[in-house]
Amino acid sequence: MNTESPGRLQKVLEGGFFAVTAECGPPRGADPVPIRKKGDLLKGFVDAVNVTDNQTAIVRMSSVGACQHLLQLGLEPVMQMVTRDRNRIALQSDILGAYSLGIKNILCLSGDHQRFGSQPDAMNVFDIDSINLVRTVWNMRETGRDMSGFDLQTPPRMFIGAAANPFADPFEYRVIRLAKKIDAGADFIQTQCVYNLERFAKWMDQARDEGLTDKVHILAGVTPLKSEGMARYMAGRVAGMDIPDFVIRRMAGVPKKNAAREGIAICLETIAALREMEGVRGVHIMAIEWEEKVAEIVAAAGLLPRPSVD
Amino acid sequence: MIVGEQKSIAEIREIIAPYRKLLILGCGTCVKTCFAGGEDEVAVLASALRLALKKEGKEIAVEEFTVERQCEDAFIQEAAAHISPGTAVLSLACGAGVQAIARRFAKTPVLPGVNTTFIGVLDKQGLFTEECLGCGDCKLAIFGGICPVTRCAKKLLNGPCGGSQKGKCEVSPDLDCAWQQIIERLKILGQLGNLRVYVPPKNWKSSHAGGPRKLVREDHII
Repeated sequence: MNTESPGRLQKVLEGGFFAVTAECGPPRGADPVPIRKKGDLLKGFVDAVNVTDNQTAIVRMSSVGACQHLLQLGLEPVMQMVTRDRNRIALQSDILGAYSLGIKNILCLSGDHQRFGSQPDAMNVFDIDSINLVRTVWNMRETGRDMSGFDLQTPPRMFIGAAANPFADPFEYRVIRLAKKIDAGADFIQTQCVYNLERFAKWMDQARDEGLTDKVHILAGVTPLKSEGMARYMAGRVAGMDIPDFVIRRMAGVPKKNAAREGIAICLETIAALREMEGVRGVHIMAIEWEEKVAEIVAAAGLLPRPSVD
Repeated sequence: MIVGEQKSIAEIREIIAPYRKLLILGCGTCVKTCFAGGEDEVAVLASALRLALKKEGKEIAVEEFTVERQCEDAFIQEAAAHISPGTAVLSLACGAGVQAIARRFAKTPVLPGVNTTFIGVLDKQGLFTEECLGCGDCKLAIFGGICPVTRCAKKLLNGPCGGSQKGKCEVSPDLDCAWQQIIERLKILGQLGNLRVYVPPKNWKSSHAGGPRKLVREDHII
């Protein structure tokens, strides 16, 4: 299955097109139907689909397994991989296995702490961190060697992604961290959901000043809000999330039955603003358990048809 | 110091239930400093146990003794006079002390009365914090003297994760983000440049991951 040709996401970004990716959470069970349904909803509307890796430390179908289902549907997956659950041996092994299946993109993450998951009694691993993982995948691709220095037969040549959260603290460090991820080998960055455009713009300014936007493709994250409750929950309970009060007030200011529409309107306005921002090369739409809205958002944002790159 | 916390009376009573003769053995070093197993804690625990057992009409002889350090044979010897056939030892030392006693008194049941929690410091009165994992490969020099291996919940070596907010860790609002502290300290030291340096994967071979460790000091072997 593996081929040396670049994947769609890489071609879109390197071709200078504004990329659209979406997120897809695997099911809490072994039935492939839910992930296939989500895949069907996204096909033709996005360039690649991120598949989360036991997000929020809740046991789900593995990212690599779910990616394979999407591949069979003709979608291009971005396999998310956290260092929380596997040591370097297992991480590298899964990267080899994933590439052999035809998975060409990886997003390297540390992962949410298991304290908030369904199994807080678990031992975490954190043998290496997300930046070490980026470097590991880059080394495999560029030198053909694994972490031990062993020359791999058919090294995986993955398009490497990393995350960035411009809304975490300390703010002045966030661009240094971005630079570190780029130096380690990241080709693209997907950011935490943007609601605070002002702070995001400031972070982008710093990234541009350091010349980083010329070195990496930044895809800004967006998540449509379904309700005032969801906005409040995310603002208060989700680590690293920044939802300004005026956004929450706006969600609260419409009748409940119109809240979802308002959430999508905010999302569309955000995408429009992001497209105007120099250095933003795409959007990453994380419609949490709301994948059926992605097509509508992409269409309404004027991002269709997706470019043909083959 | 090694920080520990005394087990609950309920658990201790369960552990000692099979025995008729008990020596509560304190340790006068780390666990004394963290109020878990020094002479005072031995006395308080002994009184509580005697009272509880008497109330239930159970006849168990409870003796008290404390040595300077349960992890050193020279001090352990002093306990020998208090141990006779049929005695069970409830050690209020850390796990190392409990095992050292068990090693020394091969035929005596040795029971833990303390949960050993971490290597730490007394941060302020009544608050102990974990500071060292004993990983065997100290890199505090580049982190401004603050250990991310121990104090970052994800052991991150290359900077704070996206869950660091207002100086706190995503794991708990009570927990300071170690990386926020590292950055503040590097700022004071004029070493912010350290933040841009890629820190390679940690070599865990010298940690417990490499199996139980031994330290051989040839220069001390006669």
